[in-house]
Amino acid sequence: MTTKASYEQVIDQGDNNVAKFETRNQSLLDRVQHILHNNPTFVPVIVLVISLLAFWIIAGGRFFSAFNLSLIMQQVSIIGILAAAQSLVIITAGIDLSVAAIMILMSVIMGNLAVNLGVPSPLAIVIGFAGGMAAGAMNGLLITKIKLPPFITTLGTWSIFFALNLWLSGAQSIRSQDIDKNAEFLKFFGKAIQIGGARITFGVVLMIVIFVVLWYMLNKTAWGRHVYAIGDDTEAAEMSGIRTERTLVSVYMLAGLVCAIAGWASIGRVGSISPQSFYEGNLQSITAVVIGGISLFGGRGSIMGALFGALIVGVFQSGLRMAGVDVLWQVFAIGWLIIIAVAIDQWIRRVSA
Amino acid sequence: MTPVVSAKGIVKRFGHVTAIDHSDFELRPGEILAVIGDNGAGKSSIVKAICGATIPDEGEILIEGKPVKFSSPIEAREMGIEIVYQNLALSPALSIADNMFTGRELRKSGFLGKFLRMLDKPAMEKFAREKLTELGLMTVQSIKQPVETLSGGQRQGVAVARAAAFATKFIIMDEPTAALGVKESRKVLELIKDVRARGIPIILISHNMPHVFEVADRIHIHRLGKRLCTIDPKDYTMSDAVAFMTGAKEPPAQDVA
Repeated sequence: MTTKASYEQVIDQGDNNVAKFETRNQSLLDRVQHILHNNPTFVPVIVLVISLLAFWIIAGGRFFSAFNLSLIMQQVSIIGILAAAQSLVIITAGIDLSVAAIMILMSVIMGNLAVNLGVPSPLAIVIGFAGGMAAGAMNGLLITKIKLPPFITTLGTWSIFFALNLWLSGAQSIRSQDIDKNAEFLKFFGKAIQIGGARITFGVVLMIVIFVVLWYMLNKTAWGRHVYAIGDDTEAAEMSGIRTERTLVSVYMLAGLVCAIAGWASIGRVGSISPQSFYEGNLQSITAVVIGGISLFGGRGSIMGALFGALIVGVFQSGLRMAGVDVLWQVFAIGWLIIIAVAIDQWIRRVSA
Repeated sequence: MTPVVSAKGIVKRFGHVTAIDHSDFELRPGEILAVIGDNGAGKSSIVKAICGATIPDEGEILIEGKPVKFSSPIEAREMGIEIVYQNLALSPALSIADNMFTGRELRKSGFLGKFLRMLDKPAMEKFAREKLTELGLMTVQSIKQPVETLSGGQRQGVAVARAAAFATKFIIMDEPTAALGVKESRKVLELIKDVRARGIPIILISHNMPHVFEVADRIHIHRLGKRLCTIDPKDYTMSDAVAFMTGAKEPPAQDVA
């Protein structure tokens, strides 16, 4: 046996269960808090189901029809894809205010190349994707190498990308007929398949595929675990051997690529290419992420939450509209949703060990 | 026997401050070497120089007789040198198994691992469970539970188990008991001795004299940026050690570095 200092002799007489779990009597609320803490997507799923049922009762069968539900999916598809990109960044405890600006800039670049300059559409799209990654790399490098806060960096690049977009487009939209004539492939994601009353656009399928792929990357690969570790505690991640700067740059580049994909999909969804569209996309993507239970403080939440968050916003807008509520009250309701979502996140984070 | 670590004439300056002033350092196979010294004596600096966290300006470091020049702790880690940081370097929201393998995850074999880069979670969980059991820590409920649900002692246990599982050369522990209560400290000291029993030498930085005198085989006393002396805890009292390290007493000639 080992020598112990004399003052420690009495330890053995005490309770020796150092590493054992305390099994306290937990109240129901404590248990709920624990379950939500371990499964952060439960909240948005429950809210989505309840709001679907509530609007079914309020607005009737017209709301809960295959047609309307598939329409909601179409309406949220672009913001949903942006929210997927935003989730990646927010999980690292960052924020990307430039997502919508990257998306529009890349759709303008694709449109200009394919429609006005006669570049083959697939090549124009690939150039747009590369541009999205370059824009993301710019964000990532400014944040890691010059050590600027993500908020300030992307606030700056938001303006820069928006200005470039106005310059490249001459503030002119590219008309739908011109796209149809010269580069119909740009509208690929506007095509749809009809299943019963539901109209599923390729854009909706794309959104779901993007979420599934990113979910896989975040949860089943080492890269994904590193992204969470960085958001959780960057310093600890660095010390435990993660190359944090490289990983962060890769996150912003991937987010940029996803934004460029959203840019392509937006051409199909909107029909034309307008440099002024989706101006509120940045904030809408953050709204979806927050309502989806992903913590703005990083390291917590599932990317699937952002999909449910986007759908909740879509369901509220559609349901309130069908119930004949003025648009201003839709905005009012979304505002409360954000506040409640963050309040719940704070409560879950305070979970007692 | 070749020392595990042998450093000679290490110098590190930060501007006008000389943090390490021609210091030597030696770690022998299978021992626990405690490093003590007053605040600002540079005990952390010398240990950081050995594991690549700071790059010394002068001097040479030999690991098992071979000269090395690490430019980051990651390089040291690749050679089998593990560090248990004071703040543990664990990610609270990730599971115990995820934390054990941060930065060296196992991938599935074949197509899933190679092209889809899928992690082999069952293998990682099995390994983590084995390592925790070996160190008598398997009272934690589930290997999948997040580290933030563990107590301070359990977290320290996970950090030590991680180091012990992957260290092939030696482990550096920075104040492993500083944040713990009496009982949890006891558990961690037992862990440290268990690790030594498996033949892995340990560098233990600590301020806690009773803990140092209990576990250390030799004590490296650092003063004013260099090694003052190395003493055997059996030959001296805690008051002697404190006197040497604060300069109240001259160390005996035969122990001077």
